[in-house]
Amino acid sequence: MKLKLKETSALPGFGLSLGYTVFYLSLIVLVPLSALVFRSSELGFSGFFETIRHPRVLASFQVTFLSAFKAALVSVVFGVTVAWFLVRGRFPLKRLVDALVDLPFALPTAVSGIALTALFAPNSTMGGALAGLGVKVAFTPTGITVAMIFIGLPFVIRSVQPALADLNTELEEAALSLGASRFQTLWRVVLPLLAPPILSGFTLAFSRALGEYGSVVFIAGNMPMKTEVASLLIITKLEQFDYAGATAIAVALLSLSLLAILLINLIQTRATRYLGNA
Amino acid sequence: MKEHPKQTGGFWGNLALCAAALAIMGLLIVLPLLVVLKEAFAGGVRLWLASVTDQDALSAIWLTLGVTAVVVPLNTVFGVAAAWAIAKFRFKGRSLLLSLVDLPFAVSPVVAGLIFILLFGRHGWLGTWLSEHHLRVVFALPGIILATLFVTFPFVARELIPLMTEQGSEEEQAALSLGATGWQTFAKVTLPNIKWGLLYGIILCNARAMGEFGAVSVVSGHIRGETSTLPLHVEVLYNEYSFTAAFACASLLSGLAIVTLVLKTIVELKGARDAA
Amino acid sequence: MNPLTRILKHATFLAFTATSLWAAAAADLLNVSYDPTREFYKAYNQAFGQWYEKEHGGKRIAVKQSHGGSGKQARAVIDGLDADVLTLALAYDIDEVAAKAGLLGADWQSKLPHNSAPYTSTIVFLVRKGNPKGIKNWDDLVKPGVEVITPNPKTSGGARWNHLAAWGYVLDRELGGDLTKLSNPEFAAQAAAAQARARAYIADLYKHVPVLDSGARGAATTFVQRGIGDVLLAWENEAFLAVNELGKGTFDIVVPPISILAEPAVAVVDKVVDRRGSRVLAEAYLKHLYSAEGQRLAAKHYYRPRTPEMADPADIARFPALKLITIDGVFGGWQKAQKEHFADGGIFDQIYLPGK
Repeated sequence: MKLKLKETSALPGFGLSLGYTVFYLSLIVLVPLSALVFRSSELGFSGFFETIRHPRVLASFQVTFLSAFKAALVSVVFGVTVAWFLVRGRFPLKRLVDALVDLPFALPTAVSGIALTALFAPNSTMGGALAGLGVKVAFTPTGITVAMIFIGLPFVIRSVQPALADLNTELEEAALSLGASRFQTLWRVVLPLLAPPILSGFTLAFSRALGEYGSVVFIAGNMPMKTEVASLLIITKLEQFDYAGATAIAVALLSLSLLAILLINLIQTRATRYLGNA
Repeated sequence: MKEHPKQTGGFWGNLALCAAALAIMGLLIVLPLLVVLKEAFAGGVRLWLASVTDQDALSAIWLTLGVTAVVVPLNTVFGVAAAWAIAKFRFKGRSLLLSLVDLPFAVSPVVAGLIFILLFGRHGWLGTWLSEHHLRVVFALPGIILATLFVTFPFVARELIPLMTEQGSEEEQAALSLGATGWQTFAKVTLPNIKWGLLYGIILCNARAMGEFGAVSVVSGHIRGETSTLPLHVEVLYNEYSFTAAFACASLLSGLAIVTLVLKTIVELKGARDAA
Repeated sequence: MNPLTRILKHATFLAFTATSLWAAAAADLLNVSYDPTREFYKAYNQAFGQWYEKEHGGKRIAVKQSHGGSGKQARAVIDGLDADVLTLALAYDIDEVAAKAGLLGADWQSKLPHNSAPYTSTIVFLVRKGNPKGIKNWDDLVKPGVEVITPNPKTSGGARWNHLAAWGYVLDRELGGDLTKLSNPEFAAQAAAAQARARAYIADLYKHVPVLDSGARGAATTFVQRGIGDVLLAWENEAFLAVNELGKGTFDIVVPPISILAEPAVAVVDKVVDRRGSRVLAEAYLKHLYSAEGQRLAAKHYYRPRTPEMADPADIARFPALKLITIDGVFGGWQKAQKEHFADGGIFDQIYLPGK
């Protein structure tokens, strides 16, 4: 075998580190996940698609995807604002705010779910005020989106923040000095440069939201065809001892999030190459 | 994060930016946290203390700490190895490997629990063999550890890979050419360069390991005082209508999260100072 | 056996022997139960422990509890949770453990008196103080503007009892209170018409449900803590708990004239107790539920004891008399009811399909 698999490098430890990485990855992630795929293959192709195409499953996919998409979009807008503030804003307690960004990572999802539901339920101060304005959050698709924003926001902030910090301000100054308006500078110069990390944050938030369970079930209302998310349907199938059905939905959900992640890594690689050549 | 010399806009621009960012953070992150704290101390400090020192709560705390103590080192070693391979070398399948490392991010926590049931449950691949040998994986400690390992798998690697890619390998190559061994190079050159990123990764991994709910819930069996981790104990208490106690335990987890995050800030400050 | 599996097995064996040994030695008895029995078994375990200690010359035992939705708990046992005894919300879930995992015989229900259900309950309405919507009977639940809270019957045992109680009410109403017509060929047409009316009623009922929680406790929290809905369909014991402990003076219990006899079933898991050597203890544990002490505690925790004479008369006085239909009498047993109503493609699923 004279196939060149690796570019020559003076550094040692390639075999060891790659070997261990692949071994551990297989043990903890790949072998267990393959169980999922095998189990769903019990259904056969027609059975698999029949499960996936059931109106209630399709409806749950629709709710999950729409909410996750909306949540990721809102997370991007909010996340870029907060990242901008953290990098360039002048505020005495900025460090404290910075430390709080990761809170949703660390808080158990069930706790966030309960807290968000308590916050937005119609009998709470905020939920009541919103209901007075005609906005219902808890037990509606909006509630699902809110929970997903909570989960997704840190991903966007943490993706954009370092890129923003490294952004070369000379470019902006040049644009401004050439007579571009502040808005034009932002839109034409800064945003394109931030596009790769924004995209990466968006996709991470999106794929995380797709699978979210703990924080969503409390606030969702869980009505079939309306506010039932895909991961709840997996649990429901599971509790009816329908393993094949549960794994089929799981595989479909996983394939879609995987597609999203592959896409972002591809775009990032492209973008890095592009920026590197620029 | 690096302080940026050039800052945005004038006074009003900055004010608008601060207002917007603080409103977002306040509404989405601080308010839910305040809800947890308010409910936790609704019955006074003494009741809070009683709730978190209750025997079942203590055993849940110990279980959570124990699981974390196993999971974090394992995933840290993996993270460093993966980052070394992926960041320092160019090889076929590198970007596939990178995506596979990210994979657990995309897996629903529910599914993360389910896969271990499919493997080790009574009807799983190894189920019959395990029960013949009277071994328990799911609904016992090993299952909880496995599910937590899976969920927190990418955190350290994810933190280190971009950092080490950016740093390149010139310094390591110099050390090697001066006659250092591979391990010496790693310990004396690479490790000091990545220590803050590594620590940040460990801190995030640790926080997530302590707080994992969905995946652990599927494999735990919810045996009170035995396989209930702290997040599960919160749910148990909530379902027993002991809302104050539930939020007290939740506040403990939030407290852990905040301590972790403060640590992280210190780490970053130190990192920034070292870099300067 | 392929090499990968073999490596996996060895690794697993080494890694988990220690923890398994530790786990196996820890508990004397594991009772896997459903949500609303938390308080009852907490008290009962203590009482049983003291009784056992006295009977067996100071031998101390510990009973570990696991609670959750009934279906979820059954699934965990099927997947390998080592329960010595099951105390679940309905016989169907224990049937599933017997059928899917073969851990106990299919005849388990005949092992203990009263269908292996030492206490019973029923489904009642919990309403807001003063009953502002004037809810008295099942028909009032589908009046315009009434919001009903009930959990998802796919995941909650209690919700299945709710669903079947509502169904049974319509059958009873349509058949003029004579449910024997259901199995009498002479009245086949009338019975079919009644079933159709019941189906329409159930579809209407679920239109009044704004939130479907996954378990009885979740539904109660939604009703009590979040203030959603006008009426909660609940286990009688849960309703009492809510009225007396959760929100004193903010709720009323309305007992409809007719409801269902809910029989939460208990069973020893044969294969597990034989392996662990805990059969004697497990059997004593369940048998003691039928004793004066067990019955008294059940009544105290708002379950209807099978032998009311054994319990405190003051506790018994809390249970009003009502007409109770049974699963076997009206629905032909749990297997049939499950298949028709709650299985995939069953009546519950059809209600939520678009265009219905």
